[in-house]
Amino acid sequence: MEAPNAVNSAMSQSYKHGFVTSIPSDTIPAGLDEGVIRLLSAKKREPEFMLEWRMAAYRHWQGMKEPHWSSVRYPSIDYQNISYYSSPFANDQAPIALKDVDPKLLATYERLGIPLSERLSLAGVAVDAVFDSVSVATTHKKRLAQLGIVFCSMSEAVREHSALVRRYLGSVVPPGDNFFAALNAAVFSDGTFCYIPPGVHCPMELSTYFRINAAETGQFERTLIIADQNSFVSYLEGCTAPQRDRHQLHAAVVELIAMEGAEISYSTVQNWYPGDAEGRGGIYNFVTKRGECRGDRSRISWTQVETGSAITWKYPSVVLRGEGAFGRFHSVALTNHHQQADTGTKMIHIGKNTHSTILSKGISAGHGNNAYRGLVKVLAGASGARNHSQCDSLLLGQECSAHTYPYIEVKNQSSKVEHEATTSRISEEQLFYCQQRGLSREQAVSLIVNGFCQEVLRELPMEFSVEARKLLEVNLEGSVG
Amino acid sequence: MNILEIKNLHVSVLNKPILRGLDLSLKEGEVHAIMGPNGSGKSTLANILVGRGDYHMTAGAILYHGEDLLVRTPEERARAGIFLAFQNPVEIPGVNNVQLLKEAFNAHRKYGQLPEMDAMSFRTYLQDRTKQLGLSDDWLFRPINVGFSGGEKKRNELLQMLVLEPQLAILDEIDSGLDIDALTDVANGVNALRHHRRSMLLITHYPRLLEQVHPDKVHVLIGGRLVATGGMELAVRLEEQGYGWLSEVAA
Repeated sequence: MEAPNAVNSAMSQSYKHGFVTSIPSDTIPAGLDEGVIRLLSAKKREPEFMLEWRMAAYRHWQGMKEPHWSSVRYPSIDYQNISYYSSPFANDQAPIALKDVDPKLLATYERLGIPLSERLSLAGVAVDAVFDSVSVATTHKKRLAQLGIVFCSMSEAVREHSALVRRYLGSVVPPGDNFFAALNAAVFSDGTFCYIPPGVHCPMELSTYFRINAAETGQFERTLIIADQNSFVSYLEGCTAPQRDRHQLHAAVVELIAMEGAEISYSTVQNWYPGDAEGRGGIYNFVTKRGECRGDRSRISWTQVETGSAITWKYPSVVLRGEGAFGRFHSVALTNHHQQADTGTKMIHIGKNTHSTILSKGISAGHGNNAYRGLVKVLAGASGARNHSQCDSLLLGQECSAHTYPYIEVKNQSSKVEHEATTSRISEEQLFYCQQRGLSREQAVSLIVNGFCQEVLRELPMEFSVEARKLLEVNLEGSVG
Repeated sequence: MNILEIKNLHVSVLNKPILRGLDLSLKEGEVHAIMGPNGSGKSTLANILVGRGDYHMTAGAILYHGEDLLVRTPEERARAGIFLAFQNPVEIPGVNNVQLLKEAFNAHRKYGQLPEMDAMSFRTYLQDRTKQLGLSDDWLFRPINVGFSGGEKKRNELLQMLVLEPQLAILDEIDSGLDIDALTDVANGVNALRHHRRSMLLITHYPRLLEQVHPDKVHVLIGGRLVATGGMELAVRLEEQGYGWLSEVAA
């Protein structure tokens, strides 16, 4: 195969969401201490319990060390050089009605393909739009409220639904879980909260669209989704950021809780700015995502398409506590140029007859480095537990790499754990075969990559699936000579 | 007018001369067979026509519809109507026939400045063609060539050819590795694809296929040159006497 052209400027040109919205912002100076956390909590008019929770997390974090066990490499992060709060509104006074939102913000989301006006919005999708540290608007709230569904920004939930927040926040990812989760617990600024009452099948897709705009800031959002008994919700997450020369930190926490008979389906299309072809700039995406199948026969599915970020470090996991619970992780991770991804999942089988499936598709091009890291743990009490894992890697070119680190810990004799892995390379012969049928090399790569990922892509809701295919195509530009 | 005109063609592979002064003219609608022993340059001829890397013309000319062919990329040649049925079609896991053919078909349409065909109409178009070749519908959804038998791979090449309707089809040993029944199936397929606007180059070792296809001309390629041209009687003589008597002519 011809060497991929590493200096393909088309790559950086092709990041369609790299623009900056020029808007005045209320940004607190860089640096982190207890005073900053107090200020942040005050700006958000939080109840006392929240400030105490943050402080405890902060103190815990101070005693922790940044982890370096993964395969990703990056220069050390100066946590005093980041601004922990940036809002397009003064005093965190998010407008109550959409008509009061700054037209520049609405235009930003429209340009990203996410119109916030309910009249224009995608039929059947409710959106919470998070801009830097705050939620700008949440659509279709009223319609959802009629069913008893709470769908709002985390800031609003802390104030208006504090009993639910107190009960569930940190119950899946405790504040001291890991370095980045502890940092998030101390300084999280916004995110999405969602509660589906018992027996309710949420009639529309719920989604959050995260946008980082301000420079030199970090985004630390926190999402909490609770599906009460026998309810169902499908949730989508999308992310973009402007094209900048400096790296920016995104350290989110997502917690999912599924009660008895409930089902949560969580899909992510992650397209943070990946940096340019030389590896300058891009988002460090260090995220903790975990769901707990708390009740019997509950189900949690993670589907992710990771095409962006300079570094992706995340392991959406499922704790299978309830009897007969089901967890699923389906992932496509693409690394091109100098992108690095260390991603995978943990399936923790605690309850009897719990099942999990893992399907990971890693694609490496350019100098990309792609690692699948997964843990399947079956505890002593999890009789009849079953897991099937499949990890496939696809390589384009000679300079990229793919690694698979499957960890399996089984403490129960009656369980069944299977692991399959394959690595393949797109061959010159395959490309030529497609060219002889009339496809360009780019079309051929795109066809083969889409074929490689289709089992995962078809799990996504229609609009997202189309978007994901486009993103794969764009992010593969310049990967064939 | 000649659809293909090859003049004094010299081709090297990794600096090794393989074709050494080959001349060939092919008219619209004609079917020519190219026979020859192993290593005579048959596949090199096919590969230079479709623009495969590592094959370099060192002298001569190839004109397709009167225009220089070699300035065009492989995909442009394909869109302009040149089709190669590969001797050993490669496997493409995860991609099925429908997906490849739809992309390819619409790339051809775009080249011909025709609107792309939508998914539904294309499915109907495809089903008509699978029927013509006696293939079942689920054939279309199998990953390309993955786990196909030798005969299935060849029939799949013919299906693709039927869908893309080339003006010049090059069939590189479409008869290799087939038993008698499969050979008859493939020969019937080739006959079904004959058309007064479509020219074909049949590259083969054996006259068996030719007995069922009846080419307009039979050429013998030895040592990188065409050393004899005739009709079916030439193929019959090769069957009886082998290439020995021609090697002397070539030398």
